[in-house]
Amino acid sequence: MKFKFKDRDRAEKLVRIINQKVPDRRIKIVHVCGTHEVAITENGLRSLLPDQIDIREGPGCPVCVTPTSDLDAALQLAESGAIVTAFGDMMNVPGTAKSLKELKSEGADVRLVYSVSEAIKTAKNTDKQVVFFSVGFETTTPMTAAVLKDDPPENFSILPSNKLIPPAMESLLELPDNRIDGFIAPGHVSTIIGVEPYEKLAEDYEVPIAIGGFEPLDVLYALALIINQIAEGEPKAENGYRRAVNYEGNEKSKELINEVFDVTDSIWRGIGTIPDSGLTLNKEYERWNARERFEIDPKEGVETPPNCLCPQVITARATPGECDLFREKCTPDSPYGPCMVGEEAMCNIWYRYGGRPKL
Amino acid sequence: MCLAIPGEVLAVEEDRATVDVGGVEQEVRLDTLSEDVAEGDYLLVHTGFAIQKLSSEEAEETLSLFDELIETNKQLEEEREV
Repeated sequence: MKFKFKDRDRAEKLVRIINQKVPDRRIKIVHVCGTHEVAITENGLRSLLPDQIDIREGPGCPVCVTPTSDLDAALQLAESGAIVTAFGDMMNVPGTAKSLKELKSEGADVRLVYSVSEAIKTAKNTDKQVVFFSVGFETTTPMTAAVLKDDPPENFSILPSNKLIPPAMESLLELPDNRIDGFIAPGHVSTIIGVEPYEKLAEDYEVPIAIGGFEPLDVLYALALIINQIAEGEPKAENGYRRAVNYEGNEKSKELINEVFDVTDSIWRGIGTIPDSGLTLNKEYERWNARERFEIDPKEGVETPPNCLCPQVITARATPGECDLFREKCTPDSPYGPCMVGEEAMCNIWYRYGGRPKL
Repeated sequence: MCLAIPGEVLAVEEDRATVDVGGVEQEVRLDTLSEDVAEGDYLLVHTGFAIQKLSSEEAEETLSLFDELIETNKQLEEEREV
């Protein structure tokens, strides 16, 4: 299957539409996905767009928004002798005292996995307790639910830290000093949840929303849909990624999430508590919850180190370049704040690709 | 983290498929998907699980939607010029 989603001719035509229709004022468009930021920055899309369009990354990186208290819980579990399994980026995020990687270097059994299935395999091959640090958005949560429904080994448990994207988008719209002219909704979260949750947001807040894919043309198309909506004055939710997103979403995956998890309030690092924005195991699956199985008592930690602009960056109120620490005290090798850690975090991406080029 | 990559199904056994993802054979779980899967289908794979069945018709449709938007805009422009 070869399709041209990087076609120059179509890209130029889409950019022309954006240029013609964009109103003559500053337009802030926020996406909520690290993969979108990579697609935009890696392909230099900002340089193709009119100056008044300002694209920001919202809280679209699970690594950046996982609260210190959850990280500290993972650290405590590893210190107590359990094998802690986590996705790669989670290894480097600083908790209150250290990161999982630093703890590993001190001898704790912390293992990097690419999938929750690997954590299950690890548990099957040992008598020790194995905890999976379950972070991620709607795209990643069904997998955790699937393994818990599939008769996991008794020595397996999860540290639930799963989060939901639409309430986070809503929290950004609720900030008084944060005018948002449109959202590019995250493609693969939408594969799971479908279009409907965005329709409510678009209606309640009169904000244009377009679901976007991850090829350069997908992003430009989503932007063109948003600019079109702004020009027409008709905010709504549109699906610009139909080859991967149905209106209903993935019914089976949604069902898995509902069968295993309950919606709960959740702390987002740098933002604070967002009502009904997180997931925890429901009564039936509670026994797989590491918080219930082990005695851990993490305090609410320091969410952001002093002078770090991450809270402003993940709420689309600042760019990495506005932070005095960016590139100086804060680099991917030695991250000072959470937005520099993950490969999907805006500061990290701008560091790697050099930020917005002025042509 | 929500990265998902398309791959072609080489074989299916119960709720697992062997999928060619960018030239690498990978075992993919299908229990996160409602639809039935057969050899030759394309799947969107996230951390070893299928999250969507892709069809070439839909991919073509996406491209034609791009063109539709471009075409509508062109017509509007021409009307304005007239």
